[in-house]
Amino acid sequence: MKTNLTNGDIRIGFYICHCGHNIGGVVDCTAVAHEITGLPGVVVSRDYKYMCSDPGQELIRNDIREHALNRIVVASCSPLLHEHTFRNAVEAGGLNRYFFQMVNIREHDSWVHTDHAKATTKAVALARAAVLRVRFHRALETTRVAIHPDVLVVGGGISGIHAALTLANAGKKVYLVERDPSIGGHMAKFDKTFPTLDCAACILTPKMSAVRANKNIKLWTYSEVAKVDGYVGNYTVTVRRKPRYVNEELCIGCQECIEACVFKEGKYPDEFNVGLSKRKPIYIPFPQAVPQVVVIDPERCLQLKSGRCKKTCVEACADRQAIDFTQKEEMAEIKVGNIIVATGFKLFDAKRIPQYGYGLYPNVVTSIELERLVTSSGPTGGEIIMRDGRTPQSVAFVLCVGSRDFRTNRWCSRTCCMHSMKLAQLVREHTGADVTVFYLDIRAPGKGCEEFYDKSLKDGIQFVRGRVAEVTDWALTPEEEGKLVIRAEDTLAGVVRRIPVDMIVLAVGMEPQADSQAVRRLFNMSCGSEGWFLEKHPKLAPVSTFTDGVFIAGCCQGPKDIPDSIAQAGAAAAEAMALIDRGYIEQEPNTAYVVEEDCSGCKSCLPLCPYTAITLDGTTQKATINAALCKGCGTCVAACPSGSIRQHLFEDDEIFSEIEGVLTHA
Amino acid sequence: MKYAYFPGCSLKGLGRAYEESLLPVMEKLGVELVELNDWNCCGATAYMSVDETKACILAARNLAIAEKTGSRDLVTPCSACYLVLNKTKHYLKDSPEIRGSVQRALEGAGLRYSGEMPVRHPLDILVHDVGLDVIREKVVRPLTGLKVAPYYGCQVVRPYATFDDAWNPTTMDRLLATLGAEVVPYPLKTKCCGGSLTGTLPDTGLRLTYILLKEAVRRGADVIATICPLCQFNLDAYHDQLTRQWGPVPIPTVYFTQLMGLAFGLPESQLGLRRNFVRMKPLPALPARA
Amino acid sequence: MIQVPRTVKYEAERVKGFGREIMSVPGCEQLMRCIQCGTCSGTCPLSVYMEHSPRQIMALVRADFKDEVLRSRSIWLCASCYACTVECPREIRITDIMYALKQRAILEGIYPKRFPIPILAKEFFKMVHSKGRITETLLVMRLFLRANWRAVLSSWRQGIGLIRTGRFVLRHERIENRAQLAGMLDSDLHDERRITPKEAA
Repeated sequence: MKTNLTNGDIRIGFYICHCGHNIGGVVDCTAVAHEITGLPGVVVSRDYKYMCSDPGQELIRNDIREHALNRIVVASCSPLLHEHTFRNAVEAGGLNRYFFQMVNIREHDSWVHTDHAKATTKAVALARAAVLRVRFHRALETTRVAIHPDVLVVGGGISGIHAALTLANAGKKVYLVERDPSIGGHMAKFDKTFPTLDCAACILTPKMSAVRANKNIKLWTYSEVAKVDGYVGNYTVTVRRKPRYVNEELCIGCQECIEACVFKEGKYPDEFNVGLSKRKPIYIPFPQAVPQVVVIDPERCLQLKSGRCKKTCVEACADRQAIDFTQKEEMAEIKVGNIIVATGFKLFDAKRIPQYGYGLYPNVVTSIELERLVTSSGPTGGEIIMRDGRTPQSVAFVLCVGSRDFRTNRWCSRTCCMHSMKLAQLVREHTGADVTVFYLDIRAPGKGCEEFYDKSLKDGIQFVRGRVAEVTDWALTPEEEGKLVIRAEDTLAGVVRRIPVDMIVLAVGMEPQADSQAVRRLFNMSCGSEGWFLEKHPKLAPVSTFTDGVFIAGCCQGPKDIPDSIAQAGAAAAEAMALIDRGYIEQEPNTAYVVEEDCSGCKSCLPLCPYTAITLDGTTQKATINAALCKGCGTCVAACPSGSIRQHLFEDDEIFSEIEGVLTHA
Repeated sequence: MKYAYFPGCSLKGLGRAYEESLLPVMEKLGVELVELNDWNCCGATAYMSVDETKACILAARNLAIAEKTGSRDLVTPCSACYLVLNKTKHYLKDSPEIRGSVQRALEGAGLRYSGEMPVRHPLDILVHDVGLDVIREKVVRPLTGLKVAPYYGCQVVRPYATFDDAWNPTTMDRLLATLGAEVVPYPLKTKCCGGSLTGTLPDTGLRLTYILLKEAVRRGADVIATICPLCQFNLDAYHDQLTRQWGPVPIPTVYFTQLMGLAFGLPESQLGLRRNFVRMKPLPALPARA
Repeated sequence: MIQVPRTVKYEAERVKGFGREIMSVPGCEQLMRCIQCGTCSGTCPLSVYMEHSPRQIMALVRADFKDEVLRSRSIWLCASCYACTVECPREIRITDIMYALKQRAILEGIYPKRFPIPILAKEFFKMVHSKGRITETLLVMRLFLRANWRAVLSSWRQGIGLIRTGRFVLRHERIENRAQLAGMLDSDLHDERRITPKEAA
């Protein structure tokens, strides 16, 4: 039998845990301990009720001292649960923590089998495998990776803003990169927020101002992340800064250039007002934009497209000369230690459900369009006016548009019930119109939300439980003439109803952003089957991802409302801060490594690594693995044609002896 | 181009004008439809209401006969036949139990069906195989000034149609526009006409028919174009009852193939137009050439 | 004494397994996931004539209330327009479930007697068996004779119109190989759950 190459005598301590009744009730632990006694190298073989307890760990530490043990095997529960515990105990006993092997005879044996005799035989086989393996364990060290103290926050919506402020107020330097010309995200478009009916701008703009004023935040709007290299604690990020054609340092946001523009009136759909009004090629996104800097649309500006324009804007800015048509796109490289991705969501395109008539009938609008109509700073000054100029006397809200639907999006978008009720209350308040909400369920979790539903009922809003199948414009009775008719089954009253209304509001659901797949690959993140960025654990780690140093917050992780977005943003900032303040991260040494003299430089391994940890060394022309990026998946180890890639903790001799242990019968 | 052709019982009976107009139009376009030999009833909705496995066996006999001809596709104009034959194809794929019973029945009769032969509608063939450009060339008398409401009915577009949208199909709209007609936007284009309920429960079925006719008149259409023989019968044959019960609905309903025939300059007698209860008015005069 | 009807459903009325039996029809297993949203009833053109809306039928089927469902006229009012199936957000094949219910209603003889629609279905079935094809005018005449002979009188206009336009057929359409077809249809006889043309009478 081959032994480990380090020092001669292998002295193994074997411990089998009863885990109360969990293991002991099925597996005969004493018998297993007895069987293992006979194996070569085994000096101590014990069974104990609860190995993970203090006395259990004490047992290990004492035995190491008293019996000069140099390898430990514990047969108990899942390593996911207690490998860390026992490795600590081993280390406390004075040994290298990787001279330890754990055997799972609970989840893999006692919890899944009912035949006691066979379960015991299996436990013996598994334990034997571990005992044979552990002889070949080498001493390994965890590596420490230093953490750069700066943080990149991607996305300037409420989540990104809150994360940036939290970190900046803790003294960290933050880069806040936002793709639109202003921060604020979707929340800036809202009128009031549920359930308090707080004015959205009133609670958001102070935070936006704080971002501007905070010396620790470098605000880069109209910018996108182009490339991310590196690993936790050491990211090198390239940011593409798009040209505004206006010098941000010089512009004071007086907007005289916009006044002076040769376009006398707005001609192009205004993005902030979701197409309900028009803007000029030179514009400021909205009055409270941060930064208060004008931006020029290169697709629409005459000067930029044709080179022929009077450039009255430049004239108007003669004293400050902030307009600069020669501006070019810039690529800026920054170094950060952590990244928080808070890129938000997009709304479902209602045209995908033609049954609801969006785009066909002018008085069918989406929730965000109504939001702009209701806002006093919106295109109609807060008057709810339909596309045909009239004020509606009756309004219907259609819920679950593009949500809870196997044909479009299966998930519930979580906020639409509440925001529809909010808009319904506002419509009642502004116009006194008859409002009917067509729903499948009213989902109102959260503080104050059930009370909000109650208020909606008190306000006289009609609720009809029946999913709307279609919106029609043909009348069957005189009262339906000239109106849009909703035919739905009032399931609670048990009858089919035809309800004519003037205006229909579609509660469109949330979806991942259109480029979310490209974005997540930039940051090496996974996504769920629905497209939302994947958290490390749905319950225990909602803001971490499987890539260390990259965190997610807000709706990019899944639909949620403002309080939950802010909570996640704070959590992500805290997680990042924990890493920064500790200053380093410790890596498990179960990484792959290349034995250089055996490597032929064939490059088969390079494209296989899902974590892009393998590169070709320019000088040696051999593969080299970055241990900080490697997650120990083993793909390259298996694929290498010359067998020159090995993996710590999964060496050939370790694995083969394990196989031998399982297959050899006593 | 040659296709296997399954007319269905209705096209030999109440819906004979459909076949009468379909065949010459196809011939003009160089498409030969070869009627299946000794085909049997597809079963429509009624047979499926009695026994599912037998319904599949019934339909599968036709599919087997069609496959034996070696044609690339089977074309069937009647909506119910189109639905049933496609449904049988799906059931044969999805249900091992039905597949087993059907295979046994076919084998016993010396027939076989691989399950692969596509079952298609003439509208699909015309718009996608022949192509609107070819059709446009054959138009000698454009239907200028004729306002047509395109009515598809249910069973072609739902649930198995792959060649057009289930909610807002446009193949016939485009075809009619190619003939020079003015296509009237008709939101009820896929609403049920009542089907066989007009015969069994007239008060119920006819009201559905009435709603379709009323809205077509409202929208200013001169004629409704349809693709299903039962829809054509319902929309055409009950005007007296409808007028008495609900109100006048003075609009004729023809097969889209009859309109195609008129646009191709084929003689009216060849298109079965005299078979309509409500006759179509003469085509509007063509605008004078400038 | 004034009598007021009492409606309560007891567990004994449920036929356990009925729902699962219906859901074993290909494509119908999705019924398990029905959230009772009412889209089917909302889009069904016949739902306003049904005593149980399509949604209610689905709820009753899932809850195993076999008798109430099979006795209901609602299932016969389904015109197979498939609007519900296409609109259902859970992709439940409601129309096919209606077919499954109709089949079982006829098999067990539970359908409402003298109701024209199941009568039409059975007459159709018989004519296909004996001739291989359907002659519509003859079928409708048989339907009127069986269900409501007065309807013959009120349909005289259609009759005259059909004769005038040459669509009235008095001779049975038949196929040549009736024996082959009969053999194929009867090959399924070994399964007791299948019904024969005689039983359909």
